[in-house]
Amino acid sequence: MKAGENNLRSKIRALTDNGVTALAILATALVIAPLVAIFGYLIFKGATSLNLAFFTQIPKPVGVAGGGMANAILGSAILLAVASVLGVPIGIGGGIYLAEFGRGTKLANAVRFTADVLNGVPSIVMGLAAYSLIVLPQGHFSALSGGVALGIMMIPTVCRTTEEMLMMVPHAVREAALALGVPNWRSVLSITVRTASPGIITGCMLAFARVAGETAPLIFTALGNAFWSSSLNQPIAALPLQIWIYAQSPYDDWHRLAWAGALVLIVLIVVAVSLVRYVTSRGVLKGAS
Amino acid sequence: MIAQVPEIRISQAQLLSEPDPSGEQPPAEAASQQVSAIRAYLLARGNSALADRGFHWLMVLCALSIFGIVLLILTELVRSSSQVWNQFHFSFFFKAYFDSYTGLPNYWDPVNGHFSALPFVYGTVVSSLLSLVLAVPLAIGVAIFLTEMCPKALRGPLAFLTELLAAIPSIIFGLWAVFVLVPLMREYVNPLLVRSLGWTTFFTDENPTGLGFVTAAVILAIMILPIISSLTREVMTAVPHSQREAVLALGATRWEMIRIGVLRNARIGIVGAVILGLGRALGETMAVTMVIGNSPEIHRSLLSNGYSMASVIANEFTEAVSDLHRSALMEIGLALFIVTIIVNVLAQLLVWAVTRGAPARVN
Repeated sequence: MKAGENNLRSKIRALTDNGVTALAILATALVIAPLVAIFGYLIFKGATSLNLAFFTQIPKPVGVAGGGMANAILGSAILLAVASVLGVPIGIGGGIYLAEFGRGTKLANAVRFTADVLNGVPSIVMGLAAYSLIVLPQGHFSALSGGVALGIMMIPTVCRTTEEMLMMVPHAVREAALALGVPNWRSVLSITVRTASPGIITGCMLAFARVAGETAPLIFTALGNAFWSSSLNQPIAALPLQIWIYAQSPYDDWHRLAWAGALVLIVLIVVAVSLVRYVTSRGVLKGAS
Repeated sequence: MIAQVPEIRISQAQLLSEPDPSGEQPPAEAASQQVSAIRAYLLARGNSALADRGFHWLMVLCALSIFGIVLLILTELVRSSSQVWNQFHFSFFFKAYFDSYTGLPNYWDPVNGHFSALPFVYGTVVSSLLSLVLAVPLAIGVAIFLTEMCPKALRGPLAFLTELLAAIPSIIFGLWAVFVLVPLMREYVNPLLVRSLGWTTFFTDENPTGLGFVTAAVILAIMILPIISSLTREVMTAVPHSQREAVLALGATRWEMIRIGVLRNARIGIVGAVILGLGRALGETMAVTMVIGNSPEIHRSLLSNGYSMASVIANEFTEAVSDLHRSALMEIGLALFIVTIIVNVLAQLLVWAVTRGAPARVN
């Protein structure tokens, strides 16, 4: 009697165990499915609409066949350049402080915490802030304000990845530099940062890829532009903005362009993410250790 | 003397880090004093002292800029939204206007000066919570599979795929949702929901557009899944192996080991991960804007069209009809900022409570 009960219970336990395993596998499959679906659609739809004109022509009026997103690609490049000029040095500086000067201090913990929190602030709020900071005083939409909004978004990401990469540099390297009588700042810049530079660069690329796909902060800062423009003071087109405009339109031609734009964007991002993965998994500091 | 030599380390990080337990012993203390003497000499030596100090403060300035950004956003949003704040105060978020002819609620009518954020708050809360309902079980399932069950060879690629999902921009999710998910919902899922769950009165009207809260929640769930699952994975890996071994040694099955040894220890961090996912869902803009339906109304049915706080800003800001309208949108942005800050602080505290002891991990 007792033995039979035990037998039944262990059978139930084994069954639950198998059931949970099956559920976990199912969950993983369900998560991978949309990813495969999205990539499949992007490649299928994007590749069939991607051609040379996409990279060389500006948008054509409705009904005119052809046209491309050359101005949006240029616009995205300009916006990202402005964003990097603002975001990368400040982010790296913050990361250097966290890893080299402030390790274990209260201030460093507070900065790290705030950076993580800032990472979770919706991008549209950044756009509102840039609007009120730059667009309102200037009186018109501009590429500069869009770049600033994106730059602000880059800072926390760059800061945290720089810190993590610098933490991986062994102490012996710093000690060796200081033992040679090198001033501290020199040792940080040309020894520690240099050792971690592949990691830092890929970290910057990750931040870069993230803001490259941002649309929300650009809607009321960069605004978009149907023509060539490279002035920082004028509204400028951007790839994600153009995708948004085209996706909402009722025209098949424009939908095709939107898919092509999305494919270009995703290729950029996948390359960046894979590079980061490659560098971190292989160990940043091959030469150092 | 020889025993003291390894203690001498002229490394800033070593000096600033918390004192070693061994530091209580007199010889080691003497050594650390000696180190700081060498360091003081090095710092005081010639022009490098000035350069060093300047460099140090420059880096501190960069780090402080993070606080500056938060303050800047806050002051700018408060300044730009003062008009609506002075006029409506908190009632902006609760008030309901009623149309004098039809008697139906008319919350948001910028042309006639009716501003109430109620439908947007409702839409944001409903779509976010609904997306959590969909995403949390899946995310925890994935985390369990990847940390406890997955063969080693599969772990890397699968983790990479979920990371990739996190890196897809919002606009691409939106594009995919509009052209693939919405027709799917319209043709198959929504009718099914009405038939099987219509009795709950939450799934009554079969929305002919395929847009609406449920569609928005599905795409939101796909978007927040990677964040929740990667953080859950992180806190689960932070649980020491001895806990797992102890439970297994008592004769537990694998699931019992996960439940008792891992999930119970990591639960605070998992709650943190879920809250962080909630924060992302609250502020998500583009994908939601493209599928939620964009109508400022409140319906009981989850299949009906709605609006969210971030979407109304994205859609109306550049075409605002008056300063009051723009100010009202700024106020919505301010509310979004404050809420996401609170949610994120809470989440970070919970996650840190679990992972603090674990080594830093680069994702």
